[in-house]
Amino acid sequence: MAFIPHTQADVAAMVDAIGVARIEDLFDEIPPGLRIKSLAGVPTALNEMEIGRLMSERARADGAPLSFIGAGAYEHHIPAAVWGITTRGEFYSAYTPYQAEASQGTLQMIYEFQTMIARLTGMEVANASMYDGASATAEAALMAVRANRKSKAARILVPATVHPHYRRVAVTTASNQGLKFEELPYCSAEGITPSASLARYEGQDITALMVQQPNFFGRLEDVDALTDWARARGILVIAIVNPTSLALLKPPGEWGARGADIAVGEGQPLGVPLSSGGPYLGFMTARMEHVRQLPGRIVGRTLDVAGREGFTLTLQAREQHIRRAKATSNICTNQGLAVTAATIYMSLMGPQGLTRTAAAAHARTRELIAALTRVPGVRLAFPGPYFHEAVLTLDRPVAPVLKSLSNRGILGGLDLSGYFPELGNALLVCATETKTLADVERYRAQLTEAMQAARAA
Amino acid sequence: MPQREPLIFEYSRAGRGASDQWPHEADPAALADLPAALRRAAPPQLPEVGELEAVRHFTRLSQLNFSIDTHFYPLGSCTMKYNPKACNQYAMLPEFLARHPLAPESSGQGLLACLYELQEMLKAVSGMEGVALSPMAGAHGEFAGVAMIRAYHRARGDLKRNEIIVPEAAHGTNPATATMCGCVVREIPIEPEGDVDVAALEAAVGPNTAGIMLTNPSTLGVFERRIEEVARIVHEAGGLLYYDGANLNAILGKVRPGDMGFDVIHMNLHKTFSTPHGGGGPGAGAVGVGARLVPFLPVPLVGREGERYRWLTEADLPQSIGRLSAFMGNTGVLLRAYIYMRLLGREGMQSVGEYATLNANYLMARLRAAGFDVPYPRRRAGHEFIVTLKRQARELNVTAMDFAKRLLDYGFHAPTTYFPLLVPECLLIEPTETESKDVLDAFVSAMSQIQKEAEQEPARVTTAPHTMPVRRLDDVRAARQLDLTWKPTPP
Repeated sequence: MAFIPHTQADVAAMVDAIGVARIEDLFDEIPPGLRIKSLAGVPTALNEMEIGRLMSERARADGAPLSFIGAGAYEHHIPAAVWGITTRGEFYSAYTPYQAEASQGTLQMIYEFQTMIARLTGMEVANASMYDGASATAEAALMAVRANRKSKAARILVPATVHPHYRRVAVTTASNQGLKFEELPYCSAEGITPSASLARYEGQDITALMVQQPNFFGRLEDVDALTDWARARGILVIAIVNPTSLALLKPPGEWGARGADIAVGEGQPLGVPLSSGGPYLGFMTARMEHVRQLPGRIVGRTLDVAGREGFTLTLQAREQHIRRAKATSNICTNQGLAVTAATIYMSLMGPQGLTRTAAAAHARTRELIAALTRVPGVRLAFPGPYFHEAVLTLDRPVAPVLKSLSNRGILGGLDLSGYFPELGNALLVCATETKTLADVERYRAQLTEAMQAARAA
Repeated sequence: MPQREPLIFEYSRAGRGASDQWPHEADPAALADLPAALRRAAPPQLPEVGELEAVRHFTRLSQLNFSIDTHFYPLGSCTMKYNPKACNQYAMLPEFLARHPLAPESSGQGLLACLYELQEMLKAVSGMEGVALSPMAGAHGEFAGVAMIRAYHRARGDLKRNEIIVPEAAHGTNPATATMCGCVVREIPIEPEGDVDVAALEAAVGPNTAGIMLTNPSTLGVFERRIEEVARIVHEAGGLLYYDGANLNAILGKVRPGDMGFDVIHMNLHKTFSTPHGGGGPGAGAVGVGARLVPFLPVPLVGREGERYRWLTEADLPQSIGRLSAFMGNTGVLLRAYIYMRLLGREGMQSVGEYATLNANYLMARLRAAGFDVPYPRRRAGHEFIVTLKRQARELNVTAMDFAKRLLDYGFHAPTTYFPLLVPECLLIEPTETESKDVLDAFVSAMSQIQKEAEQEPARVTTAPHTMPVRRLDDVRAARQLDLTWKPTPP
């Protein structure tokens, strides 16, 4: 029971060696009034066969609908080798590599991850990951305040086109430290952040500007102009990017004349299953001059006493177990397993595979948009370039249409009316390389019926 | 152990690749709408390797690790117990993996039922009134907890309360979290027998006290015997009590933090509830709260209405501290904890604290009998205990670090070293309940053998390890000559 291997003879010998009569005596320092007799709120035990059956039933109940939802979490093909290796006990059941000599596997893997992420983003240095894209964004805001010593205001400009959940997580995480987030409006015709909206901040003390590319609507922002405006004024640029898109789109290290200062994003598209929201991984990168302001674990290559190369956690003087109240963050883990998966995924994809994946996902989304906008009452909300995700506007409320589609086994996208009510009946849709033309056609046909059903109702 | 494995980049050859994994090439015309100015000039320099090469490389890397599945891993404060295989297998059923976080509740009733029941079970074992599952690590749960304490005081118009009291032996995350929440840290001393200095606490509390952060058993491995008095003092001063659940395994099924007087707790599901440590994560740091803090819980929560489950968001909890993750935290980790708790049930849950404590006290008794010193000889161990090698360091010039490194050669992962900072030359040893007496006995033999080596040929110990893929690494060089990403050496 409870994976406890003791025999009765073991227990007898052990209590004897301790010098007590029974296990219970080991709890004699706890005030008797506090002791509990039972755990009524916990059900009785199931064996492995029984839990297997229960979980299989619950998984089946959730079904396998055809999903066209993106909005920060993307369904991509995951090679079998990725999780086959990631769940090996030597990765799965190891801990933070405090004893470097007995953790070279994890340490070298993280060093390879840092290298790949730095190359993908065009940035100089990456850490070993944060919890997810949203928490990495929040930590980037805190980091910018530390890194931008000229700014005293702790003011961060955040376009309304940044993922709404990321914006909320940033407020939850950073507001207790006095950071102020100011929202930049988007152009309602274009769905992007106009550079002109920055004019009103001219001459003011601003710490950093966030830019998400592609933005929450899937639209491509004018990242060069936004970056140049900020960098020319001593304002740090925090890029939030989709790693798949970086196979095709200009990496944040090359935005504008001088590149972004910090780049973060959600690493989930790199071989991590959707899994209702986690575990994912947030990646975090920066220019080298800011390396000592990065939060989280960082792995470095060094030499051992015999002059052989090896890997170790480094720059630990930034971290909570050394600096305590003065640490750059309270974080003391990374998303190790998801990092392992992402590193194997990037190795299997390589430059060609990732480029093909990005291109196939984008091409399929274009086909999806072309098909769906042929349905009467459906149009594309914003003209102009997007990447593998776009906003549609319907001529009637979105929720009943989605419900009708869901009854037909299709998750038709994300209803934006709760996030952006000013957009009216807006629906964010996404396709990736996992969808076939037949899937697209099925969605189009079902949407036509669902729209008619909604009209009849 | 195997020796060095080349970097994946060293296997890379232009034009090679795991092409069976790639989608078919899209029509280049489909990319025509992406403006040239926003395009990447050259493909990212990822490695170009075949599938078998990648599989061999990462499999070989895994073999350079110690892990619970391969080695005894008595890392104090980390609860490195067996991670049952069933928890992984059934959390990774295809429907769970494929479900999108923003999919409607109607296609998530199975998942939501598991999460709801997990909330209920965690309430039962912690003695709390409400539980939120979204924090993604212990430190993340700490953040949520202290943020809730601040929000509670603010909601009462009690705006001065910004001091968090921590004992000097606290985990580093405690003061770091307090700072992240905009609080000031006040440290209080520990008495010679390992309890909090209650007189110092009484002197420290006042109108600025937001709360106190404690682990119990403490980081010194002993139970805080005057916990009820501590709770009374802090509450009477208007502060709240935070329980750092790092050491919950010691008391699981025996005593509950809620009953001790704590108002908020985080539970490291990757410790007490056996979800994988994964080489540093992902963890999960569920938070539990007493009635006063329920309105401030982070969102989303899972609620039940009749037979249906649904997410509770800011609309349901207008005073919530807000959202901590893009979606629902480390959901897959939560499923593993759920499966573990159902496998143990209430009977198994009660034996966890008992056998974790039995193993720790047995190992402590055996090591003491073998001549090792403990700083609190008159105290029971919780689920972990400290050995101090101050005498060996002074007399033999062999330190706790040397013992730790030499243990690797004997096939044991080292205990936590040099924490808590209060005890010189310390090893913090946590065997957990899933280790057998035979393993503990073998560990005692190894420690005795190392002691002998320290006396007879100390260089053997001070230059350890000798059998790992690398010997001791130059950390100073690592920090001074930063090499954080690989660059090809120019030909």
